[in-house]
Amino acid sequence: MFIIKYKKIFIGISIILVILSFVSLLVFGLNIGIDFKGGALTEIVYQTERPTQEVLYSNLETLNFGSILLQPTGELGYIVKSRDLNDAEHYSLLKVLSLQDKNIPTEMSFNSIGPSIGRELTRKAILAVILISLAIICFIAFAFRKISSSATGRQGVASWKYGLIAIVALLHDVTIPVGLFVMLSHYYGAELDTLFVVAVLTILGLSVSDTIVIFDRIRENLRNQTATAKADFSEIVGKSLEQSYVRSICTSFTVILVLLALFFFGPVSTKYFALMLTAGMFFGTYSSIFLASPLLVLVEEWQKNKHNK
Amino acid sequence: MIKKLILSVVMLLLGTGVAFFVFKSEPKLNKNFETQKSFFKNHPFRLGLDLSGGSHLIYKADTSLVPAGQVGDSMSALRDVIERRINIFGVSEPVVQVQHGGFVSGGGEQLIVDLPGVTDVKQAIDMIGQTPLLEFKTEAPKDTPQTATVDKDGKVTLDVNSQFVSTELTGRYLQKATLEFDANTREPQVNLQFNDVGTKLFAQITKDNVGKMVAIYLDGAPISTPVVREEIPNGQAVISGSFTPTEAKTLVGRLNSGALPVPIALLSTQTIGAILGDNAVNAGVKAAFVGFLLVVLFLILLYRLPGLIAALSLCIFISVILALFKLLPVTLTAAGIAGFIISIGIAVDANVLIFERVKEELRSGRSIADAVSTGFSRAWFSIRDSNISNFITALILFWFGTSLIKGFALTLGMGVIVSMFSAITITRIFLSALVFMGEGKVARFLFSSGISK
Repeated sequence: MFIIKYKKIFIGISIILVILSFVSLLVFGLNIGIDFKGGALTEIVYQTERPTQEVLYSNLETLNFGSILLQPTGELGYIVKSRDLNDAEHYSLLKVLSLQDKNIPTEMSFNSIGPSIGRELTRKAILAVILISLAIICFIAFAFRKISSSATGRQGVASWKYGLIAIVALLHDVTIPVGLFVMLSHYYGAELDTLFVVAVLTILGLSVSDTIVIFDRIRENLRNQTATAKADFSEIVGKSLEQSYVRSICTSFTVILVLLALFFFGPVSTKYFALMLTAGMFFGTYSSIFLASPLLVLVEEWQKNKHNK
Repeated sequence: MIKKLILSVVMLLLGTGVAFFVFKSEPKLNKNFETQKSFFKNHPFRLGLDLSGGSHLIYKADTSLVPAGQVGDSMSALRDVIERRINIFGVSEPVVQVQHGGFVSGGGEQLIVDLPGVTDVKQAIDMIGQTPLLEFKTEAPKDTPQTATVDKDGKVTLDVNSQFVSTELTGRYLQKATLEFDANTREPQVNLQFNDVGTKLFAQITKDNVGKMVAIYLDGAPISTPVVREEIPNGQAVISGSFTPTEAKTLVGRLNSGALPVPIALLSTQTIGAILGDNAVNAGVKAAFVGFLLVVLFLILLYRLPGLIAALSLCIFISVILALFKLLPVTLTAAGIAGFIISIGIAVDANVLIFERVKEELRSGRSIADAVSTGFSRAWFSIRDSNISNFITALILFWFGTSLIKGFALTLGMGVIVSMFSAITITRIFLSALVFMGEGKVARFLFSSGISK
């Protein structure tokens, strides 16, 4: 199997992508949205003519709301970002945006989140991330509970190492979409919102199963071989990969198909969400074939070298 | 054999029935919707605020003065008052929820108010926040200095407020308010009934002010200044301003809904215009449709006859899920639709796992019937494992989520559960009914996959 033969190249690709993601995270930083830090977002669309940003900015200064950001959207619209606004402040903002009723825009949406709600959401999000990670780790431990001693114990890798590698693959699957998102937020202004957290957590759930399916196959093949005709560990892994890569790709492909449909045709609010999940799904499949299994062989080789010394 | 055929037909009929229900109960699909039975009419999709347009408000309740044991009670009292206030304004299906503080949410006691269709935040906030302030005032003594303003035309306006002084009698002592129409003039008037304390106060005021004016103030403005003719001992008063019937009705509602048991402050507002919501719905439906078509195309191209069967059970899956959305009901949001669309992709996962196994078994020389049944039993463990992890995620997300996340977690979780049923049970029933096709070349071609040799 060529994947096992060139395993160092594939592992290298993954390492480079993960490092790139971390670098972009450090360089660009996270663009945290109002869901978590509080603030207000007003989306307006003018009927016939959109005032220039300069005009609006100079008018908005009179409000003394601190920094206000105007983002053009569509042909005639703006998204206005500011600190959280109460009712009266919201009203005076609209008044200014309408140029004192000379050019009254339609308000498409208004979202103002107080800082305490933001803190609460942050807390919930962190708790959810911790809990789901724990649950997934428990699930992996459960999935790999059986093979510690029997047939595989004599040859190959201990059960907990399978689990560890599955977790490494999982981290890889999450890190790369996050890196991608950081790039998106830097160049297209995507913000880290609740859906971002949901996307990360869903990727965890979706991509872990792929790795487990392939590892299952490896264990099945290890168990089935007779004690006399022991094949090389890497050959068994290669054979298992050959047997399962088609279905691994196919199962992910159906999900990627619907995600792409969601990205291209779906609501604006879930566009980045769909894109992140697509990336997560893609790298989840990539990692289960090109990262997790090669890592397994690599670990086994290290063990053997250590043993022989 | 016959049994399996009958079972398949029953499955198909059931699936069609469910799809028929979904179709019938949707105003946009069914042209004769208005003439349908109430069962169909009562089950449209319930759309969340981000799809239907509306306001989502989060209030913080200040319970610092409430004894610890009674916080729960006063919060539900608060919810009731707010609910009554909203109902007066005829908002359809408002949702008022109490969210208690605690370890998970971190924050204090909160009240979450969803107002579908209300896109004017100011109106919404006014609707909720306004406590009607009802006051009774008596004429000020003659020697009180009166303030007056002179406008630019030289006209002198006497400030009405300086003519009256406050009394102890306020809306606090009101027992109930009712709407009545004057027998002679047919004008609407609001009848007030005071409680015991209020009755005594009112009797005292009327006794002291016979022949003088008593002003009834609502929210700081006089709405009625009748002249007292005699003492009124029974605690009944009438406000007969120049109301329209609607105004009078609103006033009665506001007076009856009373004061808030605990003070509230607005923490966060979210309003989505109807246009934006409509766009999101259309985009969501389009994405679901395109996603479905792509998956069906993929299944049929890759797995031929079993692929077609899987597409059929996918149709049943979608009908069942949509019917569940209507019947439970599930409030659909943009994120919820995303969850549903993803579950369409996941639903065929199990089928792919099974068919790949069947293909393998066929290659190793088994008969079609054998290959199908071994394929199903061998693929089961992989299917179980891959669904468990998704289900865990959905469950925890649902537990923790805000309404946005909950919508996603719920539709995804339901999708996972229903898909296990549709992909395994339904596909199996259909496939085993098709085994009668025998072992001919055509049958083997139809059962193998597009990329196997």
